[in-house]
Formats: sequence, structure tokens, C-alpha cells
Amino acid sequence: MHDPHVILKVISKFLVPFIALFAFYVQFHGDFGPGGGFQAGVILAAAVILYALIFGLDAAKKAFPPSWVRVGMSLGVLLYGGTGVLTWILGGDFLSYGVLAHDPAHGQHYGIIAVELGILCSVTNVMIAIFYAFGSRQPEVDEDNW
Amino acid sequence: MMLASYATAPTIILDLALMAILIIVAFSIVRMRSLFAIVMLQGVYSLVSAAWFVSLDAVDVAFTEAAVGAGVSTVLMLAAMLLANRKSDPVPISKQIAPLLVVIFAGLAMFYAIGDMPAYGDVNSPANTGVGMDYIDRTTKEIHIPNVVTAVLASYRGYDTFGEAVVIFSAGLGVLLLLGLNGNAGRWTASPSGQNIYPPMAPSANSRLSVSSDNSKSVTSSAVKEPSSSTTRKSKRKRFKDKGNN
Repeated sequence: MHDPHVILKVISKFLVPFIALFAFYVQFHGDFGPGGGFQAGVILAAAVILYALIFGLDAAKKAFPPSWVRVGMSLGVLLYGGTGVLTWILGGDFLSYGVLAHDPAHGQHYGIIAVELGILCSVTNVMIAIFYAFGSRQPEVDEDNW
Repeated sequence: MMLASYATAPTIILDLALMAILIIVAFSIVRMRSLFAIVMLQGVYSLVSAAWFVSLDAVDVAFTEAAVGAGVSTVLMLAAMLLANRKSDPVPISKQIAPLLVVIFAGLAMFYAIGDMPAYGDVNSPANTGVGMDYIDRTTKEIHIPNVVTAVLASYRGYDTFGEAVVIFSAGLGVLLLLGLNGNAGRWTASPSGQNIYPPMAPSANSRLSVSSDNSKSVTSSAVKEPSSSTTRKSKRKRFKDKGNN
């Protein structure tokens, strides 16, 4: 059967890896430019959501299994809180990253990278979880029913 | 004097144009009846406000607005819209008077409060004199990263950001507990007082499984009359029309 969405499919297949790459750029360049864990997480989730919108929810669930989502969202918060607990163990206050390295400024860098990774993990998985939960509630919609 | 210096800035034309677009989009959202167009226009509104935030040098906020407002929330609104009617019913004039009064009152209060606002870019405004300056000074000494926003969010205000992460996590947790990852699409059972219930028998079976059982029924009934392979698609389309008219 003739597929009416050839252009959309080709272009988005080309775009999805670049969107994911841009998310990681935003994540790891967040110390130097605008951006950070939250924005990167939303962009990464948007890559999965775009894939789901174009190729269908089942294909997206194969690419990003729902079982990852539960683990990922908890892991993110645990990573953030765990950084705080680690600073406790090393003798500092909760989330005072200065104790993570000999040079307090380096400790701040490590701490910021760790908590931003936690935010990325949590936000990406929560956004995908909400999309999966809402998107699975109705079957695919026909072309002329929008 | 501050106002005059702002007026000479070349970006004011851009700011005014973007705000004009925002007002036009807002009025078209109010006037529209088609929910699909409204959801799309909300995405446009977010994107234009993101452009406006860039013009105001709030790049981090603009980034978040573009990613969340124009991206994810539009998709979530689309998913929510699919569960509802495609068009909203017109509201009678008599029910519009009270909201109009609320809007007028709130708008007048905001205009009244404009007098207390600092001028745009005022060096003596609370944002430029208080703890913000302190963060800018201390970031270069203590953290050595160029982006002060990241330093404030992740380090100086680490507790707040941890709270935000927990809020996002609980939002996801709540959705998962209420809907499940598959939107409870036909994979659940319940056994209240020893009696097993499956989705086809459930009172509110509006999900995928009820649809597929409905589909198979219509296929078997129509296969006798019309032995073409397009019956399933036709019945599917008809069912969606019915759903849309509900």
C-alpha cells in the first residue's frame, strides 16, 4: 500500500540521532553554555517521542523498552541523592561538593556533573513514561480523524 | 530615563513584534473551536515566547520553554486531546461574564503593579543587587565554571534542584501508578471479592483490548455480507467516527 508519510519518515529517521546527540551536547556543555540536565533530558525524550509519533508506539517501545523507564527514573533521583550522601560520608554537608576532590573547585565540577547526570536520567525517563502511559491509552488514529 | 534608554535599544522592535504575535496567537486560541488547532497554537505560543526570552537574554529559560512548552507538552496535550472530542462546544454568553470580570480585574491589578516594577535592565533592581550578584562573584572564585546559571542550580541551590528532581520523579510515579506504562491497555486483571475481571468485561473498557474485540466481532459479522479485505479498515474508520461524535 502507498505510504503517505515517506518524506516524514525519511527526514525524521535522519533527524532522531542528531536530536539525541544535541541532547548530550546540551548535557555535557551545560557548564559552559546554556542548558543542563533538565533541558537535555527533555530533548532526549523528545527524540524518542518523535520516533514514536512517526514509526508508532510499538517501534518506540522496542527501541526504548518500558522496563528501562522504571529503573531509569529511580536511578536518576538515587544518583542525585547518592551524591549528597557521598559528601556526607566524606565529611561535608549534604550536597556540598567541595569535599569530593582535593581541590574544592574540582570537587564542585565532579558534583555538578554527577547531579546533572541524575537529572538527565530522571527527566528523560519520566517524560517517556508519561508519554507511554498517555500514548498507550488509545489505538492509532486514522489519517482523516485528526 | 531608564525607559528612554530602553526605547533606543534596537531590540525593542523585535520585542514588540514578538509580543504582538503572542497576543494574536492568544486571541486565536480563545476564538478557536477545533482542539487540534488549539493544541498546535499552544506550541506556537511557547515557541514564540522562547524566542522572546532569547531576546531578553534569558537563554536558559528560553531553552526550557522551547523543549518543554513547544515540544513535550504539545505532544502530551495531543495525547489527551485524542481521548476527548475534536471540537469544543460553544459557551453561552451568560457563562462568559464571570470569567471576563475575573480577567479584567486581574489585568487591572497587574497594570496597577507595573508602577512598582523596576525598569528594564535597572542596575538597582532587586535582581541585580541582592544575592544574584553574590552568586556571580563567588562562582568565578569557588566553582570556576562560566555558566553561573548551572552553578546556582546545581551547587548553590542544590537542595532546590534535588526537590525538583523528586517532584518530577513523583509525577512520573503517580502517572505510572494510575495508568501503568501501557496505559493499562488490556493487560490487567482485577479480582474484587474473589471475582475475576478482565478488560473486555470492565465497565470502562475504552482501551485497546475492547477495540480489538469489537473489531473481531464486526469482522465476523460483516465477513458474511462483504468478503473484501478492507472490511476491517472500514469498520475501524467507522468506529473512530462514532467515537469522535460522542
